[in-house]
Amino acid sequence: MAKKEYSFYPGCSSQKGASSSNYMVSVDSMCKELDIQLNHIPDWNCCSASIGYNGGGELPRLALSARNLALSEQAHPNQDVVATCAACWLATKETKERLEHDSSMLAETNTALKEAGLELKNDKEVRHMVEVLIEDLGYEDIGKHVKKPLEGLKIAGYVGCQTNRPFGINGESFENPMYLDKLVETLGADSIPTYEKKVQCCGGALAFTEPDKSQAMIKDIIGAAYDNGADMIVTPCPVCQMNVEVYQDQINATFGTKFKMPVVYYSTLMSVAFGKSAKESALNGQVIKAKKLEEIAKK
Amino acid sequence: MSDVNTAMVEKYRNNFLKEVANNVEEGEWVRMCMQCGVCSGSCPLGPHWDHPPQELFMMIRANKREEVLTSNSMWMCTSCYNCMVRCPRELPITHIMHGLAHYAKRLGIAPKEQPTNKFSQMFWNNLTKTGRVNELKLGLALYFMNGFSEGIKMSMKMRSIGQGMALTGRMAPMEIFGGHGVKDQKGFHAMLKKAEELEAARVGEHV
Repeated sequence: MAKKEYSFYPGCSSQKGASSSNYMVSVDSMCKELDIQLNHIPDWNCCSASIGYNGGGELPRLALSARNLALSEQAHPNQDVVATCAACWLATKETKERLEHDSSMLAETNTALKEAGLELKNDKEVRHMVEVLIEDLGYEDIGKHVKKPLEGLKIAGYVGCQTNRPFGINGESFENPMYLDKLVETLGADSIPTYEKKVQCCGGALAFTEPDKSQAMIKDIIGAAYDNGADMIVTPCPVCQMNVEVYQDQINATFGTKFKMPVVYYSTLMSVAFGKSAKESALNGQVIKAKKLEEIAKK
Repeated sequence: MSDVNTAMVEKYRNNFLKEVANNVEEGEWVRMCMQCGVCSGSCPLGPHWDHPPQELFMMIRANKREEVLTSNSMWMCTSCYNCMVRCPRELPITHIMHGLAHYAKRLGIAPKEQPTNKFSQMFWNNLTKTGRVNELKLGLALYFMNGFSEGIKMSMKMRSIGQGMALTGRMAPMEIFGGHGVKDQKGFHAMLKKAEELEAARVGEHV
């Protein structure tokens, strides 16, 4: 099969020493196996995520993503923009659509971009890595790469918010998307299609500013995974991953729970199932160790 | 009260709905709300809002300008988009909440001690400085946003989380001396400056 190439927007949290750098490592391993080439958008900037609305306002916020899109058009014409971070994907795709529907806003955006020597045609598709996996490869193709099936593992597919709403993955429902479950099954593990907290909000950036309210929601997300007999949680979103993984000690102290639930990315699971080493799968990036994956990676 | 706020009060008098439609991001959609309440029932932090979205929309129509704009409510939005995908009239509710919060801030009447108001401004300042987020500086700014002694307390409380992130290579102490950023600093800042000017003119033209 021919190599697939995309114009890649990695996003701030993927950088070396940043909070989802482990996501990037496993995505690279996964893509290597699947013969996917990610061409990084040169000199990309932050998309300002969702929480940027306050300081930014509409046009400055749109200009941020427009700059990335314009740089992508320049460097990688004919390649779809692909993001791995839910917020990056959402902000970039929102910008593309807003500017498609509002020609005066597009004109003003281009006036701003001109200051950076850029111009936006706005003719790119903006896609999430999960869409590439499902639509451009498909479950069957992915299954062919599985060398170490994740047998005996039960995994709760936590989709969260922003890879699911408002755009979502084509053909999936907002209330009960099945793609993570299908992916888990493809890799040889058991999924939990009826996992009740699959699309529950973890608080997003408000985990920082409203920790009590957010941690009460995170407690339910983890609790439901335990109730369903899950060994671990898998997610496509860096904020979901961090929020659900790192506050478990604080949640235990507040609610008297005894949570120690690993939370991994789909790319972590895929890298391990594709026979990559623990390091290539970024298992050393787990704050709560995914011991069962480490055992499979060692085999 | 800021000058812009006074000017807006003068201009719109008894028509806050029109003020919102003209000046708030996606604000023209407020007219379409049919008061079904699905948004309020779908919000993960719904119980913590003084006025959930449906109520805010009715208050806008009822000219409760100050109550809406000084409200704590829209700052509770987690950007989960539940309200937006469930709204039978397809109002972009998440964006309207962000828009209302930003407009209140622009007029200088948003609740200043509201933690999300403070943090989201810090986030913007952080990312626009170099073009990319510096997570370490953002985290420290968050801990110390309520003063020094609160900051020390927060840092102690969060110490084990920070250690966990550092040990797994997901937090780099050296980020404090600069860190990541875009190469074209000049172009990046010139673009933002222009966008901010155009944005100010866009709101200003309705004064």
